[in-house]
Amino acid sequence: MEGNTLIINLKDISFSYAPDTPVLDKLSFHLHRGERIGLVGPNGSGKTTFFYLVMGLLRPSSGTIEVFGKQVQAEKDFRDVRKRIGLLFQDADDQLFSPTVLEDVAFGPLNLGKSPQEARDIAMATLTKLGLLGFEDRITYRLSGGEKRLVSLATVLAMDPEVLLLDEPTNGLDEDTEEKITDILKGLSLSCIFISHNLDFLSKTTDRIYAMANGKIFLDEALVPHSHIHTHKFGRLPHEHKS
Amino acid sequence: MIEEQFASGESFVHHLDPRMKIITAFIYAVVVALSSGFPALLAALAVSLVLITLARLSMRKVLYRLVVVNGLILFLWIFLPFTYQGEAWFTLGPLHATREGIAFAIQITVKCNAILLALIALLATTPIVTLGHAMGRLRVPDILIQLFLFTYRYIHVIFQEYDRLRNAMKARGFVPRTNTHTYRSYAYLVGMLLVRSYDRAERIHKAMLCRGFRGKYHTLSQFSVTRGDVAYFMVMVSVILGMVLIQWKAIR
Repeated sequence: MEGNTLIINLKDISFSYAPDTPVLDKLSFHLHRGERIGLVGPNGSGKTTFFYLVMGLLRPSSGTIEVFGKQVQAEKDFRDVRKRIGLLFQDADDQLFSPTVLEDVAFGPLNLGKSPQEARDIAMATLTKLGLLGFEDRITYRLSGGEKRLVSLATVLAMDPEVLLLDEPTNGLDEDTEEKITDILKGLSLSCIFISHNLDFLSKTTDRIYAMANGKIFLDEALVPHSHIHTHKFGRLPHEHKS
Repeated sequence: MIEEQFASGESFVHHLDPRMKIITAFIYAVVVALSSGFPALLAALAVSLVLITLARLSMRKVLYRLVVVNGLILFLWIFLPFTYQGEAWFTLGPLHATREGIAFAIQITVKCNAILLALIALLATTPIVTLGHAMGRLRVPDILIQLFLFTYRYIHVIFQEYDRLRNAMKARGFVPRTNTHTYRSYAYLVGMLLVRSYDRAERIHKAMLCRGFRGKYHTLSQFSVTRGDVAYFMVMVSVILGMVLIQWKAIR
């Protein structure tokens, strides 16, 4: 039963940028179809590295990665993974490299082998869906921070992924843009993992929050979202609030 | 950062097919650069002026660009007349200005201005992105076009990064002086900029891989040649041939 709904299956993954300081240490993780997971953890705890490993942008020093039921190892294997999993980068300037918005959104579909006309249609449809109609001819580097983030999201969604990995999607956004992104994400019926420090955002968009620490991922029971989500030191221990 | 001052406009030249503009501008520039006779060069200057007029650009901005380039040419005027071998025209102390030297300096000045005006009229009236795509259609190697478009895209980001770093230095009381501390700080700034640009390039490449990039850059733009484009091309090629003829007669 597990086999057919299991999308991402990481087993005993270890990874380090420098010897003797492992970022990920025998990490195991599963994502099932339809699951919406939030991922929290201190800076430098390896959250982004975890995403890079799933996408095959970095290779683990040990352990196995299975995506959609197939073990992936070589660059060739990951090409298929990248068609079905969309990754939103932390810095929109990394993602938006085309001069105009339309071209950037159409870049993915063109790589998937769509004709220019199809790619243009997909890009326009995606922009419309995200309320970005009229942005198509804007110059990417002249967009505001919030606009850049929304357009980045469009570039990922234009590839029609089955899984969405977002790296701090609300970081540095004003309340209105954050709300807009929250609404868009709530409306998507995709499996997803969102990295964020924004617990309010995660409680609205995900079903379960995992925490990353010591190179591993834990289900953080104290962070199961509930109506008055909050965070403070020692929040994991049973406690009461006075007010 | 890079302001495309002349790229937007509604003139005949703005609406020409960018491929035609690139081809004609290229041939024209080569022919003018190789011409040496004054009749041919003056004809070229006249053609360039016609093109600029057709493009209906702000004359003030065009003149400003010319001033910048002619500032460099000014140096040629200081040295060429006195260093070129030939018949002395006038004497300034121990220095002799030669007729040939002055003629050569005039030749270079006319050439530069004619080419520059034509490039402003033909290439600067095309948005940089369109220029990149048009070059792609003209079978310019992909790698060159990618370099061209990426430079355009990221020069702004790198400049912003430079600005941020410099402001951070200023905020901590940095004032450039002539001392090792200043040189070292600027070296760090440039070094940091290089490292950051490299890191960014890595991340951009990763982001492109995630969206299925495999080394081939596809484009959305489709160009179509209209009757006006064909007419322009014919006229321009005839004009260039005429210039070649004038030049050829002069050297024979």
